[in-house]
Amino acid sequence: MAQLFPRSANTMARLSIFGGLFTVLLLFGLGFMLTRSPVATREGDQRVQPVQFSHKHHVGDIGIDCRYCHTSVEDSASAGIPPTSTCMNCHSQLFTNSVELEKVVNSWETGEPLEWVRVHDLADYVYFNHSIHVRNGIGCESCHGRVDEMPLMMKAEPLTMEWCLECHRNPENFVRPLEEVYSFGYHPPIDQSVLGPQLVESYNIRGNLDDCAVCHR
Amino acid sequence: MSRSKWGARALLLLVALLLVTGCGQQMANQPRVAAYQESDFFDDGSGMRPVPPNTVPQMAGALQEDPVLYTGMTAPDAEGNAGFSQEFPYEMTMEDLERGHERYDIFCAPCHSLDGGGDGMVVRRGYIPAPSLVQQRLLEQPGAYFYNAITNGFGRMPSYAPQISVTDRWAIAAYVKVLQRSQNATPDDVPDGVEPEMKNAETAAETEE
Ligand code: HEC
Ligand code: HEC
Ligand code: HEC
Ligand code: HEC
Ligand code: HEC
Ligand code: HEC
Repeated sequence: MAQLFPRSANTMARLSIFGGLFTVLLLFGLGFMLTRSPVATREGDQRVQPVQFSHKHHVGDIGIDCRYCHTSVEDSASAGIPPTSTCMNCHSQLFTNSVELEKVVNSWETGEPLEWVRVHDLADYVYFNHSIHVRNGIGCESCHGRVDEMPLMMKAEPLTMEWCLECHRNPENFVRPLEEVYSFGYHPPIDQSVLGPQLVESYNIRGNLDDCAVCHR
Repeated sequence: MSRSKWGARALLLLVALLLVTGCGQQMANQPRVAAYQESDFFDDGSGMRPVPPNTVPQMAGALQEDPVLYTGMTAPDAEGNAGFSQEFPYEMTMEDLERGHERYDIFCAPCHSLDGGGDGMVVRRGYIPAPSLVQQRLLEQPGAYFYNAITNGFGRMPSYAPQISVTDRWAIAAYVKVLQRSQNATPDDVPDGVEPEMKNAETAAETEE
């Protein structure tokens, strides 16, 4: 009987087996890369907010401290979003006829809260707490980036588990003196490789911060 | 079992694993309400609940029985006159002053400026001028005067009670007294032997004149 397949079909068959396997692995790799990419984590993505509130204006230009508005950041899990009355502390007298601020004044007069669009949103199975980080010398900048330069709030870091662990395994690379937690553009006064371990020691930061139960409880 | 069956199973397993990477995260948004989350359970659409009217607080200090601590006013005397307490409700320590310094810089400095002079950044952007806290008229006022301004507001300045706790308000009041003292200091306030250069600079300036 004449051969149905030419000899080269052998190579083709091998190629398609390995090629198929390779394609599956490639898809795997792509899947993993995609879930970590800024597309999935929405890093650097600006949302449409009800009011064009600019951290650059309020923090960078006029130098208001984060704690003026995010009052609970030192004492509780949530940093806190300021109520409209906090805005009115200043805007009852300032820029009262600006179009943007009309919505703030409306909210103040009707008691309807402004509905900000959440930018940072961890999965509900992850426990997070601001106060323990802030009190152990982790600056807002380490997790939120240059907030003082953001005309609109955006995520500066991916907030994936991998990213949390990068610091939880080596907090000495990130810790700051307590008075620098709220500063931006911070540079360690002496080499971080010297300062970091000293601060970790003085804050009594514990080891095993990568135990699953620290964040999944 | 034939080889092709194993191959098919392996392929099936790989495809199943592949699907895992694309899982939708049901668990990421659980039905519980997180801080500031909206909720369609309540009429106002807010997950965080306001305190119901007529609630009686039961934590320690919630009844605010100590008038000096909570209002800065002394209890009314026989004629019903109450006034600013001349004393702080408790002794201010160095720690309190440092806390007051920090809180002042956060909450007051935007308008009253870091040194109390009243030329803060927000005023420079067009807010009604904030008075100097270190001016002559306010030097005689007790700490309670400043506690009262923070708690109840003053004229067009709103109350800062929602943002600042009672003890922090007293710490700020104490720090304002410190600012007043430091803004009106004389070379004689420098303790002997602490900074002799400063005293010398002063006398040098005097002899030059
Ligand atoms: C004048 C008030 C004010 C000050 C001061 C302020 N913020 Fe905000 N912040 C807001 C408001 C209002 C929002 C919600 C609107 C938005 O997301 O832009 C917000 C949102 C945020 C968010 C995003 C929350 C989310 O949706 O996930 C972060 C992060 C944040 N602020 C960090 C900071 C940091 C860090 C500082 C200090 C450098 C700071 N803020 C100072 C008012 C303020
Ligand atoms: C401590 C005072 C202060 C507080 C509190 C404050 N702002 Fe402002 N805001 C300012 C100042 C000062 C400017 C002008 C900034 C500039 O000139 O760069 C401003 C500017 C703005 C503008 C731009 C107005 C325009 O038309 O140019 C908006 C919008 C705004 N603020 C919204 C808010 C909101 C919303 C809040 C509450 C979360 C808030 N602000 C809280 C002081 C304040
Ligand atoms: C260790 C990293 C880290 C540090 C440090 C940090 N944040 Fe956050 N922040 C987060 C994460 C993660 C979230 C999202 C929390 C969630 O979804 O539950 C968040 C959310 C927020 C929000 C939204 C409201 C909330 O609490 O969920 C604000 C406002 C905020 N951060 C402000 C600040 C300020 C101000 C500082 C500095 C004092 C700060 N953060 C420091 C990681 C951090
Ligand atoms: C830049 C460094 C840094 C980053 C990023 C960071 N952490 Fe932390 N985290 C710390 C430090 C330091 C502590 C303090 C540990 C101690 O002293 O017990 C801590 C403590 C915690 C704790 C409390 C542990 C306890 O003892 O109860 C939780 C929960 C936590 N982190 C969750 C997270 C999560 C979730 C993320 C990512 C979204 C994250 N952290 C990102 C540095 C970091
Ligand atoms: C420092 C905090 C932290 C620690 C420690 C931690 N995780 Fe996570 N984990 C997270 C965060 C944050 C996420 C959410 C990631 C996201 O939304 O992309 C997460 C997500 C996950 C997921 C879901 C994965 C996904 O891609 O959907 C699993 C499974 C998980 N963690 C398992 C573990 C296990 C097992 C351990 C211990 C070896 C552990 N985690 C330790 C913070 C932590
Ligand atoms: C948004 C700007 C602003 C902030 C922030 C602010 N003030 Fe004022 N303050 C004012 C203005 C404006 C007045 C004058 C009000 C008037 O006369 O109608 C004033 C008046 C006062 C007075 C009365 C002075 C007098 O003439 O007798 C005191 C005391 C005072 N402030 C203390 C404080 C303290 C303490 C803080 C910090 C907790 C603070 N203020 C924060 C704007 C501000």
